[in-house]
Amino acid sequence: MKAKFSILFVIVIVLIALFLLYDAGGHWDYVLPRRGKKILAMVLTGSAIAFSTVVFQTITNNRILTPSILGLDSLYMLFQTFIIYAFGSTTLTSTDRNINFLISVALMIGFSGVFYKILFRKEGQSNIYFLLLIGMILGTFFGSVSSFMEVLIDPNEFLMLQDKMFASFNNVNTDLLIISIIGIIGVTIYFTKFIKYLDVISLGRDQAVNLGVNYDYVVKRLLVVVAILMSIATALVGPITFLGLLVANVAHQFLKTYKHKYLILGSILISIIALIGGQFIVEKVFTFSTTLSVIINFIGGAYFIYLLLKENKS
Amino acid sequence: MIEVRNVSKQYAGKHVVDQVSLQITKGTITSFIGPNGAGKSTLLSMISRLITKDQGEILIEGRDISKIKSNDLAKQISILKQSNNINIRLTIKELVSFGRFPYSQGRLTAEDLQYVNDAIAYMDLEAIQDKYLDQLSGGQNQRAYIAMVIAQNTDYILLDEPLNNLDMKHSVQIMKVLRRMVDELGKTVIIVIHDINFASVYSDYIVALKDGRIIKEGATQDIIDRTVLQDVYGMAIHIENINDNKICVYFA
Repeated sequence: MKAKFSILFVIVIVLIALFLLYDAGGHWDYVLPRRGKKILAMVLTGSAIAFSTVVFQTITNNRILTPSILGLDSLYMLFQTFIIYAFGSTTLTSTDRNINFLISVALMIGFSGVFYKILFRKEGQSNIYFLLLIGMILGTFFGSVSSFMEVLIDPNEFLMLQDKMFASFNNVNTDLLIISIIGIIGVTIYFTKFIKYLDVISLGRDQAVNLGVNYDYVVKRLLVVVAILMSIATALVGPITFLGLLVANVAHQFLKTYKHKYLILGSILISIIALIGGQFIVEKVFTFSTTLSVIINFIGGAYFIYLLLKENKS
Repeated sequence: MIEVRNVSKQYAGKHVVDQVSLQITKGTITSFIGPNGAGKSTLLSMISRLITKDQGEILIEGRDISKIKSNDLAKQISILKQSNNINIRLTIKELVSFGRFPYSQGRLTAEDLQYVNDAIAYMDLEAIQDKYLDQLSGGQNQRAYIAMVIAQNTDYILLDEPLNNLDMKHSVQIMKVLRRMVDELGKTVIIVIHDINFASVYSDYIVALKDGRIIKEGATQDIIDRTVLQDVYGMAIHIENINDNKICVYFA
């Protein structure tokens, strides 16, 4: 286990160094802060997404789900589409990234709050599969409404929108980074008192209750943590669905453990490797002719098919 | 002592368990018998707080289980359901270690490890303790789960059809272990069981349920009786005395 983590740490450090220093051309005071900010954004989103996916997969007891099934990124796209559809691409909310970020985060967290509240209103059995089903239906609904608006708007404005459909680290704002860091740290501190329950929850509801976990209470709080982290990550860089699926499963395969303290740390490191490595390839190999999420979704998709085939065989 | 008072559970307007009251004496094996759909498993799940009850109260040592903290209750009562599908890959030892969670919260002390090793030894699993659960036979799997319950070290142990899918040899083995746990360790065991002869040979008390109600409860020799069983199962069952055990013959 130690050796595996050493490997991951070394790769992360090498990639960060490579990303920071490669081809800087001597303009250090210009290059370093810009690249450093990008790296910080990637570390932040990578961690948030890896972490929430691992927790979400444990709660649902399913290794091919990602929190995107809750419909949060569809809601984000709907909001972005709506802004451009209703106000055009030149108004304050569509150009000022700070306001856009804050409204998006508030909207997504508010949505999950209302959504959970309604579903968990009934005491006792919180039916997680019902939650997923509703999330999926709402997500599809948001997607349909977005595409309806997309076909109506001006093609030039649609190009503006298209930028937001793919996660991008190229113009991350410093203020937003600070807000996100504060948010993520706050949530992480809140989460730490639940971490010990994750291993037991992966045994399933009945065993968890038998072993004294206040299951419904813990799962609800974990879902809130997942929703907040997903909201922050999505609003910061855009939807980046497959990353979580990819890194959570690679972490499972690579570490071969059920212990969440290792799984979470491992998937966060793998996630950072995927993002920084992917971004490096985008910038230096493809010279920005493609976006990072295209590469991640391509690798993620291929891996997903491999997973399905493998599960099918066993 | 566990005391169940007027407990009911409805699903979609239908009473699955209807105004059931009973008492479980400490240091005994009590079997719940009855036809399919009688509410046996539902009652067991309510006693172990896996599902909520609609009405009534359940007391353990005089305290209402809904008022006891879940973690404290996990040191008093444990339950093993009939299907245990877990998605993660565990060895026997790792599974049994989970039984110590109510005490250790995941950080095993030397004392916890002692309990784990004792439980593994008690179920005679030492030779295969590092094997993964998916490499085991049904009987070994069931023994591993029972070892986990033993490591949890609760006074009350509830088992939902522990003999499901086991062959004769393993069934007898499991029932003997349960009997030993009651006689040697002073545990109280409640099982839901379909094989009436295992209930007859190994249990002290039998509770017969039908349509969500208790038809009859009492000492084993009183329940394993032609007229009572006729009431419960709606079929004539012939009873023979073989080596001081009452054996039901119902196959033809």
